[in-house]
Amino acid sequence: MQATHPSSAPGGRPRLAATSRRLGERAIIGTLALAAGISVLVTVGIVIALLVPSIEFFAEISPAEFFGTATWAPLFEPPAFGVIPLIVGTLSTTLWACLICLPLGLGTAIYLSEYARPRVRQTVKPILEVLAGIPTVVLGYFALTVLTPTLRTLGWEVEIFNAFSAGVIIGVLLLPTVASLSEDAMTAVPRSLREGSFGLGANRFQVSTRVVVPAAISGIIASFVLAVSRAIGETTIVLLAAGQLARTSFWPGDSVMTMTAFIAGTGSGDVPTGSIEYKTIFAVGLTLFVITLILNIISIRLVRRFREVYE
Amino acid sequence: MNAASRIAADHAGRAVNRQLAGRRNRSLAATIFLLYLLLSTAIGLIALAVLLVTILQDGLPYLDVMLFENAPSANPDRAGARPAIIASVLVAVVLLATALPIAIGTAVYLEEFAPRDSRIIRLIELNIQNLAAVPSIIFGILGLAFLVRGLDLGPVLLAGALILGLQMLPTVIIAAREALRAVPDTVRQGGMALGATRWQVVWREVLPAAIPGIATGSILGMSRAIGETAPLLMVGAATFVSFNPGLLTQYTVLPILIYQWIKLPQDAFQGLAAAAIIVLLVILVTMNGFAIWLRNRYERKW
Repeated sequence: MQATHPSSAPGGRPRLAATSRRLGERAIIGTLALAAGISVLVTVGIVIALLVPSIEFFAEISPAEFFGTATWAPLFEPPAFGVIPLIVGTLSTTLWACLICLPLGLGTAIYLSEYARPRVRQTVKPILEVLAGIPTVVLGYFALTVLTPTLRTLGWEVEIFNAFSAGVIIGVLLLPTVASLSEDAMTAVPRSLREGSFGLGANRFQVSTRVVVPAAISGIIASFVLAVSRAIGETTIVLLAAGQLARTSFWPGDSVMTMTAFIAGTGSGDVPTGSIEYKTIFAVGLTLFVITLILNIISIRLVRRFREVYE
Repeated sequence: MNAASRIAADHAGRAVNRQLAGRRNRSLAATIFLLYLLLSTAIGLIALAVLLVTILQDGLPYLDVMLFENAPSANPDRAGARPAIIASVLVAVVLLATALPIAIGTAVYLEEFAPRDSRIIRLIELNIQNLAAVPSIIFGILGLAFLVRGLDLGPVLLAGALILGLQMLPTVIIAAREALRAVPDTVRQGGMALGATRWQVVWREVLPAAIPGIATGSILGMSRAIGETAPLLMVGAATFVSFNPGLLTQYTVLPILIYQWIKLPQDAFQGLAAAAIIVLLVILVTMNGFAIWLRNRYERKW
């Protein structure tokens, strides 16, 4: 733990360290350290849970077939294990989610940070927090029973389950996240930069777009990357609103199956432990985990960078 | 400069900025940009309003005593959510007893005791940040592999609650660390100067001062967990349960029941789903409201 060894006072200097060993205190601190270790164990557990069955899976199904073919039918006879349809399905819903949450989240952030009066800000921010706290099953209900029928009433012949409705609602879910993290990044930009710019005669639009946004760009991009990662990992909304049909289609009105929908759909059934169908859950899970891990680390690094510059 | 006067100065500065900005070259681009900002902000708010109004419209006709008294049933006229509501409460109790102490212990260790520049500590911090963004379904896989099949616990409430607890850890740890960090060092130094040990300082001075912030973060984390669906699908909370669940029995929680009702073809079940959503939202809003009240009532400005 800490370097407070009572005996390590060289050359007759007074001993400043604690005079008793305080075993009870050490035990408490040790317990706390153990608690901190649990979060590491969780990650280790996740990696083991994913890797072991995946290795067995790839011993039977070659990675070339898994990543290189475009038919996904692990539960059919004969089975096919090409993950491309699931990845395309995921990209399709993620694309619509991003088209909603990135521009609107950034717009909200700029408004709240640069334009809104304090009272407006104090009102809008908690309301957006409420939106961020709505359970995903509620948003899935909304996508399936409100948005999709509305699209059909408007004359767009989408399927009952479709990538567009699911994606748009994921976008609504993530809008507050992007807004809040981007706003944090912009608030961290020192006021002197804005004042310098105003002093040179710039208006609010110019200050926002040419000073604040560029200065906060790494934090903004970090929020974007995190949103992409969250959209890829979202499960309940896609299960309810995008369907369970694995096909390689980018058409927004089509029903697709995402990686997460496959995992949840198959994992909630009763596939026998140890079967190849059971192992597919973990192979797809590993693929999902690696993709989101890379995105998360990029996002964490970017946040650190803007913190280093301004804090 | 203390926090209050800094905020005041900031507001004054913003007001001046606003006046200055109002007078200068207001171009077409600036107007369009402002419209975009207003539209962005409005869309989030409108989406929330439409969502709530729809849920109320769909669900209120189905919101009755039966929903709280009856068990789920294939007959929508008799179907209720009692076992699911009980299970959600039980899950909350398990979270309180397991994940919360671990999360707060972790936060206390990292903020108060861990060596600042140790590589291991940095790794733990990076790990927690990453865990916070791991998709919830991955936690479901963890539960499936280790608890349900590995330990052969089966699809029981305890397994689901433990998985939600692990998923909740990073959120609460991050919030609790922020609360601890907000307690100024002078408090710690004062305690130490009077001869208290580090743990005495933490237990008697720092933790009491940080409790409002920690409680707020904990409640928000728990409300997230109670509204969570995806990982529980993996650990077997997918069966219709007609009895009152215990820790080691099969179970269904409110979000799972809602999920199942949405998937049923009859319109009446859609209404029941909306009614159950109202119950769930009322629980979550109450929890969040309590958290915000705690923050406003007890948070100290240093």
